[in-house]
Amino acid sequence: MSARPGIPADDAVNIEINGQPCQARKGAMIIEVTDDLGISVPRFCYHKKLSVAANCRMCMVEVEKVPKPLPACATPVAEGMKIFTKSDIATGGQKAVMEFLLINHPLDCPICDQGGECELQDLALGYGRDISRFAEKKRVVEDKFIGSLIATDMTRCIHCTRCIRMLREVAGKMELGATGRGENMKIGTYIEKSLESELSGNVIDVCPVGALTSKPFRFKARAWELQQSPTVAPHDCVGSNLFVHTRRGEVMRVVPRENEEINEVWLSDRDRFSYEGLSSEDRLTTPMVKVDGQWQTVDWETALQTAAEGIRAVIDAHGADQMGVLVSPDATLEEMLLTQAVARGVGINNIDHRLRQVDFTDQDTAPLCPTLGQSVEALESVDAVLVIGSNPRKDQPIIGHRLRKAAVAGAQVMFVNPIDYEFLFDVHAKAVVPPSQMVASLAAIAACFPEAAGSSADAVKAAISAANPDDTHRAMAKALKDAGKATVLLGNVATAHPRFSVIKALAAVIAGASGAVLSVLTDGGNGVGGWLAGVLPHRGPAGTAVSTSGLDAQAMLAAPRKGYLLFGVEPAHDCENPAQATQALAAADIVVSIGAFASDAMKEQADVLLPTGPFTETSGTFVNAEGRWQSFSGIATPTGDSRPGWKVMRVLGNQFGLDGFEQQSSEEIRDALQQQLGTVALDNSQAVGAVAGAAVFEGLERIGDVAINAVDALVRRAPALQATPDTAAAELVRLNADQAEKFGVRDGYTVTVRQGDASATMDVEICERVPDGCLWIQTGTQAAASLGAAFGPIGIERV
Amino acid sequence: MGTAARKSDLLTAETRAHIDAWLEKFPAEQKQSAVLAALQAAQEQNGGWVSRELMDAVADYLGMLSVQVYEVGTFYSMIELEPVGRNMVALCTNLSCMLCGAETIVAHVEKKLGIKLGETTADGRITLKLEEECLAACAGGPMMTVNGHYEENLTPEKVDAILDGLE
Repeated sequence: MSARPGIPADDAVNIEINGQPCQARKGAMIIEVTDDLGISVPRFCYHKKLSVAANCRMCMVEVEKVPKPLPACATPVAEGMKIFTKSDIATGGQKAVMEFLLINHPLDCPICDQGGECELQDLALGYGRDISRFAEKKRVVEDKFIGSLIATDMTRCIHCTRCIRMLREVAGKMELGATGRGENMKIGTYIEKSLESELSGNVIDVCPVGALTSKPFRFKARAWELQQSPTVAPHDCVGSNLFVHTRRGEVMRVVPRENEEINEVWLSDRDRFSYEGLSSEDRLTTPMVKVDGQWQTVDWETALQTAAEGIRAVIDAHGADQMGVLVSPDATLEEMLLTQAVARGVGINNIDHRLRQVDFTDQDTAPLCPTLGQSVEALESVDAVLVIGSNPRKDQPIIGHRLRKAAVAGAQVMFVNPIDYEFLFDVHAKAVVPPSQMVASLAAIAACFPEAAGSSADAVKAAISAANPDDTHRAMAKALKDAGKATVLLGNVATAHPRFSVIKALAAVIAGASGAVLSVLTDGGNGVGGWLAGVLPHRGPAGTAVSTSGLDAQAMLAAPRKGYLLFGVEPAHDCENPAQATQALAAADIVVSIGAFASDAMKEQADVLLPTGPFTETSGTFVNAEGRWQSFSGIATPTGDSRPGWKVMRVLGNQFGLDGFEQQSSEEIRDALQQQLGTVALDNSQAVGAVAGAAVFEGLERIGDVAINAVDALVRRAPALQATPDTAAAELVRLNADQAEKFGVRDGYTVTVRQGDASATMDVEICERVPDGCLWIQTGTQAAASLGAAFGPIGIERV
Repeated sequence: MGTAARKSDLLTAETRAHIDAWLEKFPAEQKQSAVLAALQAAQEQNGGWVSRELMDAVADYLGMLSVQVYEVGTFYSMIELEPVGRNMVALCTNLSCMLCGAETIVAHVEKKLGIKLGETTADGRITLKLEEECLAACAGGPMMTVNGHYEENLTPEKVDAILDGLE
């Protein structure tokens, strides 16, 4: 008998399974040990990530000296225990349980979506009887509507309660329950309502039968027709690992790929269901050129030539400074590298991927790239974390889940946010203030550390000395200071804040004074990649210096250029100020749009449309917030004439007659950058430099965080996600009851909101999560596509 | 920020006091231990049954999720989820009572009131509980409870007298 690795001697017990001696961790359940050793024990309710319920009774095993079979999931190992998983007592117990389970389970496998990948079906083959002894009627349970994502067939439910436990223990809100008793027990919401969790789709995976299945995938394909390919999710800076299931080259669905270091076994609904957008009517299938206001379908050569000539014409007539290049933070690293290489090759320095950022004051002293500064996994073992300008539950659901795990384990999680976002755990302290007061709030926390200001910029020192810390700020500072492992986390709202540089500097002061790790959650699926690839006006790939700095994303739209090259960008949704972006593009001489989609709005603005494949149709690399490079291959057949983006940019480079565009594979492009970078340890430390000045703010201000299902072109076109409660809420203007009374509006009223010349008409919802003086209007959405800056002054009037 | 209406506003001061008395018996962080007592208090306030809104009110008052209260409310037979009569009569039909003649008593009561078990008289005076299980008074079988009070060693005449006395 050899000691098993990973089990310290004083924590081990010696047991015997099916006559084989082995060691197990003290206190482990039998099923954990058999799973580790690859001994199969049938089960339905046991799930390694959920609490033990022991209610299906399928995992019966025999234990020596115990007269009855015992459930392996709820029986801890003990010294000298002799376990038999295949004995007559064990299999007899398992078969008897199976017979009971099949009493009420319908024999409808041929019309069940789970057929072919069903745990009950599989185990019934091994443990079920050929013929049922049960002649009575089976129970029938009515199906429930629980939203656009999950289909229900509750007659098939075997009451394992995995879905209930998943939602309660992982998603954090018990949205499903078991009502009734005995034969009348039903799983459901009791009242008809959609699930609201951003992780709800995981109940599909944990359901061992066909009771909860994917609604968008329903009756689309059989499990055995599908081919499974690994890839990476493009929608947030976590980079959850996925399997994409295709049939004859067409994407049929997406399921999680287990990676304990990133997404464990879970997947956010956004990552799971966004694939529906791949087959949207807006998919661009051929290159197109606008001739005399009419769109013409052309071949690639003509389209690329027209694009190159158009850009060349602007440069020749007005100079390269009159061109602007905007790249989506969801583009692959390879696409980014070649796009900036083409731009710089023809002398264009106005290039950026930071589409939602407005304050670039400190970009010259910024580190190589923003980073989480630790692993995603490490977040769940922090002792205290101050989250600034972030709604991780909706922005990066897997980060939200990790933070919740930390909080449940006792971490003190604190927030400085413009909205009192819902968190499904006990929040240690929070400051909910209008965006314009976030700086003051952070300065007050910083002021609790006597040495705080130290060597900061003058504006930061001034903010700290002007601060008035109250008990909340002191509690936050103390929690960070006292914690063994502390983190100060900047989210997407912080990045988009008009005074991001000050917020970042204050966060650095707080982190420095309390010994916390400074973490940044970047925008998009490849925001870190954007920095590394040099899709920046002031730096080339790998942080190299550029001879001439160009204009940032904000400046090149605020001061309209004569021409724009867009890569995967829909300006009215992806840019910080939709109205300004739309205006700038409308006035341009030429707009070349490269991407997978072309909306009507885009067809209005663009002159050349070049179709590229989304993440499923190209090979590439995403760098997540940790700085982890995750490469993937193309999975699906390209739609129409669309091509991988890196190939399009390579040919465009050739079209301009530039050198260095001979790459044969995306790996070649990636490896070149990796070589240039060498080994670098990422961290957010930044030299003291200029920060944004103070702005006096009066009147009503907008809070425009990005709506969960509006982050990018693909998600915005996924119908099931667009039918969720989160999406519906994002189309509203939300304000608290006192403010509503002040402006004479009520729940359900229609109002016009105005930002300068930009306006939109939307419905009101009263929401006490919004502080006084603010309107919460999320951005990225259809409703906000005509509005202005995400954060800034706004007016409201009744229609 | 304004003070919005809360779901627990539905609970009367009396009901709240009733629940609070139970809350004192449990640790502060385990308020949900009082859920069954709270549901009974809410039921008392509402003429013998709890609506979904009242279950939501209990959930809000105890800091629980609504579905957790629904689970409890639908599990226990003493929580009524539909409107009931002014008097709740529950006839035991379990083993001991059955051997002592409970079936005769049930038949008699059903005939007398003109309703089946699980139904309420048209005037809203009496509801006969559906399938009441053993109430642990086997020595006095056949037996029933009237608004929670035990009546034992029943005969048709004794039942008549009791039921006729109900308002």
